[in-house]
Amino acid sequence: MIDWLLDLSHWTGSDGVLVLVAEHLLYSAIALLIAALIAVPIGLYVGHTRRGVVVVAGLANILRALPSIGLIVLLVILFGPVFASDLAFIVPSLIVLILLAIPPILTGTYAGMVAVDAAVVDAARGMGYPALGILFRVELPCALPLMLSGLRGATLQVISTATIAAYVSLGGIGRLIIDGRAQNDYAQMAAGAFLVAVLALVVDLLIGLLSFLLVSPGLTRRIPKAVRRRSAY
Amino acid sequence: MKFDWIIQQSGTIAGLFWSHLVLSLLPVLIGLALALPLGWIAQRSGIFKSIFLGGAGLLYTIPALALFVLLPGIIGTKILDPMNVVIALTLYTLALLIRTVSDGLDSVPEETLQAADAMGYRAFHRLVAVELPIATPVIAANLRVAVVSNVSVVSVAALIGTPQLGLLFSQGMQQRFLTPIIVGIVLCLILAVLLDGLVIFLAARLTSWQPRKVQS
Repeated sequence: MIDWLLDLSHWTGSDGVLVLVAEHLLYSAIALLIAALIAVPIGLYVGHTRRGVVVVAGLANILRALPSIGLIVLLVILFGPVFASDLAFIVPSLIVLILLAIPPILTGTYAGMVAVDAAVVDAARGMGYPALGILFRVELPCALPLMLSGLRGATLQVISTATIAAYVSLGGIGRLIIDGRAQNDYAQMAAGAFLVAVLALVVDLLIGLLSFLLVSPGLTRRIPKAVRRRSAY
Repeated sequence: MKFDWIIQQSGTIAGLFWSHLVLSLLPVLIGLALALPLGWIAQRSGIFKSIFLGGAGLLYTIPALALFVLLPGIIGTKILDPMNVVIALTLYTLALLIRTVSDGLDSVPEETLQAADAMGYRAFHRLVAVELPIATPVIAANLRVAVVSNVSVVSVAALIGTPQLGLLFSQGMQQRFLTPIIVGIVLCLILAVLLDGLVIFLAARLTSWQPRKVQS
């Protein structure tokens, strides 16, 4: 495996590791972006109004049990004849990735909104914030830590499932595992598995860093001790 | 849907269903058996807690397919050996349950522990007869998550070739044939609901001392 990774000819070219990593990240990013565009507004609405809570919780449970590989294969065969060329497997794979990414983002957003201290919302209302001001300048920043942990779960899910989608010829690091299996080349399979694991860990760390930068220090108590003591009075 | 195909293949499908059941359930049983002592150690000791939980978080980040492929290289099994799937899923279950057991034991009220001490419970007896029963609802809730996600993760192993319901997906893909795919998805969902129900049932039996509440 190490020899395989050290061989520079495996890294360059149109089916080299660099291209595969870029494809993997591109598909994952597209799926996450679309999923967030769908899930965040719904989560904010459900969290703000507390309507449809049961539906959200039930949806997350059902999707957890759905075998993602079965769903991808099903959609490829159903949609295959509809689309021309590469879209025949890209569209079904993306749909499944989006479906898998929605529940964690949705439940994270919803849970974050519900966890916002009611006294804080009341205070904002008392200070004369309009409804949208409360939502975007009070509730949203307070809900951000749980929203980002939902995004983190969704990202792991998407990166891991994008690997599996190589089975229906989607590009990405999964190619190395699937092609290696077909050619009985264990070194290539192990290299692919190792790269996917590293990619998942790095992306996970980056999102951790993102939440460190985005979340208000007032929520995480990252205020220096001296300041906190003074402001306590 | 070709129903005659289902009837014709029912023996094979039943066999795949059985292996899927074993591959999903066995890791949960082993994982729980390991998580109880390890979670207990984590709850008592700060150092072990950060080591275990850090390791668990790291492990949980690694995609399942990657672990299925890497394990044979690390422990020297054959790539098709179902043991790889069992070990990989045991590790995931363990990663989820160590935190759960530790949190569950943390949720036992201090007064309860003091009352148990005053009644003369010894450390081990107190753990088994007082702390674990009180932690059971928290542990069971996460056990449900572990069981249900295992059912769907097991099917990923079809890409390597381990026999279970996932093989119906690769068969359907190769032959461009919808029936096995639909059968596979439906049976996975049925299996998940059955195992989820089993955990709920066992947890309710183990906590029959609790006042009846509406199960969610």
